[in-house]
Amino acid sequence: MAEFGPTVLRVVRAVLGPADADDAWSETFLAALRAYPQLPAGANVEAWLVTIAHRKAVDVTRAAARHAVPVADPPETGAEADLPDLDLVAAVAALPPKQRQAVAYHYLTGLPYAEIAEILGGSADAARRAAADGIAALRRTIGANR
Amino acid sequence: MNDLLDAFPVEESDVDRLRGRLAAAAEAEGILDVAYRTVDTPVGPLLLAATEQGLVRVAYPNQGHDAVLQALADRISPRVLHAPARLDPVARQLDDYFAGRRRRFDVPLDWRLSTGFRSTVLHHLATDVDYGRTASYAALAALAGNPRAVRAVGTACATNPLPVVVPCHRVVRSDGAIGNYAGGVEAKRTLLDLEAA
Repeated sequence: MAEFGPTVLRVVRAVLGPADADDAWSETFLAALRAYPQLPAGANVEAWLVTIAHRKAVDVTRAAARHAVPVADPPETGAEADLPDLDLVAAVAALPPKQRQAVAYHYLTGLPYAEIAEILGGSADAARRAAADGIAALRRTIGANR
Repeated sequence: MNDLLDAFPVEESDVDRLRGRLAAAAEAEGILDVAYRTVDTPVGPLLLAATEQGLVRVAYPNQGHDAVLQALADRISPRVLHAPARLDPVARQLDDYFAGRRRRFDVPLDWRLSTGFRSTVLHHLATDVDYGRTASYAALAALAGNPRAVRAVGTACATNPLPVVVPCHRVVRSDGAIGNYAGGVEAKRTLLDLEAA
């Protein structure tokens, strides 16, 4: 389980942004530790962890909405020409949730769309489409900024 | 979109910090079944692992720390975390031992990885063969109540889950040869030389 620590942190940072990522990571692994003895032998631990992380991220997002905290605007990126990654980070943050999740779960962990469909609900094709739409949107945004 | 991975870099130090927090939270909640850490010693980095009952495993580098952790996960619980705090007392005592300031370890031991005659042998070894002394495999077999079980004593020592702390390095051959050791013969010689000084 420990080997997936970096991957899960990357995923929650992409899905939630840096501010809530640490708490989501901690809650994910605590929940996983609690449930670990019930995990069937041979289960895909990475997919299982991403599933838990997804639920924690949804909880965090809902709690934030309840407290009526406005979603922050993507950071200004115009002046950071030597740090192009920030454009991409901002563009990921600006994606609709389902596209952001599909992109993060597929491109940051390599999970197949069938697994991602289990996490997001819906079909594998829908998950693939959401990721493809997300990637297309990212390319448009990045392209427009450069 | 290969850039995506680069856009969300993860520093080793961030993960370490979070793992530290997780270990503390798990310990507080009583779901940290096996805590482990390593300590640097003159016989190489030793892996130390403890349950809530006590020290359960000490392993030499040649035993493969990853394999040992996997075995602990399989045999005790998959809730295994790097959590140095639980091992601090034994780590301090090992430091003192290797510095020649300590002759006996005073930490709770969890003997669950050793059963039957092997466990009997190791218990005798822990209480009856003092610092700076040695015993032959045959003598230890007699102490354990089965003088003919010399080979079984050899196996008990070879599979000792708590080397150094339970001193199987003090068991040598009757002809005076040093005999084998879980951590390698060189480590055994280092420990015997340390205790003879």
